[in-house]
Amino acid sequence: MDAIVLQILNGLDKGSAYALIALGLTLIFGTLGVVNFAHGALFMLGAFCTVTLSRILTLSHEVVDPTRKDFLGNPLKVDVPYIYDWFGESTGAAIIDWAVPLSILFAIPIMIGIGVLMERGLIKHFYKRPHADQILVTFGLAIVLQEIIKYYFGANQIPAPAPQAFVGSLDFGALVGFEPGAIIYPYWRIVYFCFAMLLVGAVFAFLQFTTFGMVVRAGMADRETVGLLGINIDRRFTVMFGIAAAVAGLAGVMYTPINSPNYHMGMDFLVISFVVVVVGGMGSLPGAVLAGFVLGILESFASMRQVIELLPGVNQVVIYLAAIVILLTRPRGLLGRRGVMED
Amino acid sequence: MSKTTVSRRGVLKTGAVAGAGLAVPTIFTASSVSAFTNDPTGSSVTLGFNVPQTGPYADEGADELRAYELAVEHLNGGGDGGMMNTFSSKALNGAGILGKKVEYVTGDTQTKPDAARASARSMIEKDGAVMITGGSSSGVAVAVQALCQEAGIIFMAGLTHSNDTTGKDKKANGFRHFFNSYMSGAALAPILADNYGKDRKAYHLTADYNWGYTTEEAVRTSTEAMGWETVAAVKTPLAQTDFSSYVAPVLNSGADVLVLNHYGGNMVNSLTSAVQFGLRAAEANGKNFEIIVPLYSRLMARGAGKNVAGIFGSTNWHWSLENVGGAKYAGTNAFVQSFGQKYGFPPSQAAHTVYCQTLLYADAVQRAGSFNPCAVAEALEGYEFDGLGNGPTLYRAEDHQCFKDVLVVKGKENPDNEFDLLEIVDVTPAAQVTYDASIFGGELGSCNPGA
Repeated sequence: MDAIVLQILNGLDKGSAYALIALGLTLIFGTLGVVNFAHGALFMLGAFCTVTLSRILTLSHEVVDPTRKDFLGNPLKVDVPYIYDWFGESTGAAIIDWAVPLSILFAIPIMIGIGVLMERGLIKHFYKRPHADQILVTFGLAIVLQEIIKYYFGANQIPAPAPQAFVGSLDFGALVGFEPGAIIYPYWRIVYFCFAMLLVGAVFAFLQFTTFGMVVRAGMADRETVGLLGINIDRRFTVMFGIAAAVAGLAGVMYTPINSPNYHMGMDFLVISFVVVVVGGMGSLPGAVLAGFVLGILESFASMRQVIELLPGVNQVVIYLAAIVILLTRPRGLLGRRGVMED
Repeated sequence: MSKTTVSRRGVLKTGAVAGAGLAVPTIFTASSVSAFTNDPTGSSVTLGFNVPQTGPYADEGADELRAYELAVEHLNGGGDGGMMNTFSSKALNGAGILGKKVEYVTGDTQTKPDAARASARSMIEKDGAVMITGGSSSGVAVAVQALCQEAGIIFMAGLTHSNDTTGKDKKANGFRHFFNSYMSGAALAPILADNYGKDRKAYHLTADYNWGYTTEEAVRTSTEAMGWETVAAVKTPLAQTDFSSYVAPVLNSGADVLVLNHYGGNMVNSLTSAVQFGLRAAEANGKNFEIIVPLYSRLMARGAGKNVAGIFGSTNWHWSLENVGGAKYAGTNAFVQSFGQKYGFPPSQAAHTVYCQTLLYADAVQRAGSFNPCAVAEALEGYEFDGLGNGPTLYRAEDHQCFKDVLVVKGKENPDNEFDLLEIVDVTPAAQVTYDASIFGGELGSCNPGA
């Protein structure tokens, strides 16, 4: 029983990342009708916003420490961050320790800017082109973006740890009546799940309860009529692209303590996120979120030793098997609407 | 008065016969000179450095290239000479190889066997490379080694740790300086017994490909031989990034040790997950729970950050070896000085092994007096040398595997700087990691000079 609860918890945090990326993909597809293969790269760029902010916060000047030697036997040059000089060592260290949460503020404007730039600079030229062209150009863009990141940050992973306050794990089992130590769950993964829920809630609230959101929803339903009412729906859709980019970016920012980021991390999530979108139902925002969690939990269960021993290799294909079963029984996906991608 | 008649047909016949007569000796001459592939006839010789310049191991590839450039500089008489000064053989004199200036071309393996074979083939056929070296994966090494065997080119493997490279897939034209999974297991086991006891239950997470299997087998065999029990061994997909669902059940499995048979990004991610799930701080079976990483790489330890602290593993070489182990490991400091002065940071084990391979190849050619792969192979087989940073080393004739001391290392608790991540715990003597060449099967075959 405790193993099942543990795998559900594992599925929730993995599902959170899938859900956030799929949510952004669905937003873009629902508003602009574009299949954005560069969305995984936006997730990766978000993670590298954290890396960049960490590097900015740790910009240093060298102080020679004659008592210690470097690898060549010369007096060791110790890097002292400027932030220590400005705020004192303890405050400076605390700011550096909280680099990941601080990156949320840093990443929002950058990711919205990147999203708007991408939409205005490249993707708008492909609105009237077939989906195959859109896939090719956005996939190409994803490769360009990840190569740029690799050029500046290298190919290896770069650690971006969670603040000390969130290092360690919670004895979840003891809280819910299992044996102490039976279900251990890291604090930061709980934070990630809560953050994902908040972000999903914020996006839904924005679309549901603001005038801007109402116009966007109207535009998603009937773009032409909204245009005839004198509303510049293109501009609003551009903003939605920026918001979708920010959602993917923030998912990446908060993911960095879970897995140290590298240039390729977006591609690792991209294919699964597309499966999530299709299983959830093309164009359905709640469907994307639901499918993200369902597939995340399924993937966790399939990774259990007992399951692998029973069905070797199932851990590598479970998501695709589930997708086949769901699409055979519900061809429009879990919460898909009639008429989307069916012309 | 005589009359000479010259017919058109007669001229053609005479010309054809004369042409054939002139051509025959040329064909024989050419055959006798080019008795092997890419015989360097000019004033220079070209080496082919086949390293991952893109893909997940691009940083290892970049470090390998730096070391190759340094080796070429030293072979041509530039720089401070590096390990040429400490190398036990004095055949190299800084005047290139056999008096020919060393030049090089590079290829990108992308850490994909197909791409690696294509780039190696291009360097052999288009650029006339007389030797191919490099790589950061066993899959690539085995593929390129087979290609070089067919082409009649010497292959000096880079970073490849699978037993198969010099085991079941060994080739007469291929040579490996790097250590292997068997040696990691044999070196680690006694240290693990000393530190964690002989009554332990291990849980293995193993990357689902060739290197993972051989490493798991090696560590299992050597730890079980000293009394450990293997509770479970789970294969994880190579493309896996989040290992939480594999790591989470470990604590309730009855195991008290987790062995991560992972390398590269897999290692960084699985170790990070294991630490996040509290395994480092946990207790099981009344003992502290422990984690082991059989193959360490400093470049990758950097990716895992503080998570490597206190975790045991093995490595082929480390830049602090001579400072810790003494003059037996002469060459280490010379290489670190040379590399550090040029690039500003210490070399990785990948850089060290490829630098050694380049020098060993050049030295073998020099001693053999020929670039002929069969002469070079003969010069390398059973060759004992010293002064290249690992202490006395043997290139065993039976499988073309180097035998030298193996380093057992531990992630440093309080590193002084970003390079100071691993601490050398013990150096296992070569004799303790030496095995019978026949245990991994395979046939070396005979040397192929090509052409």
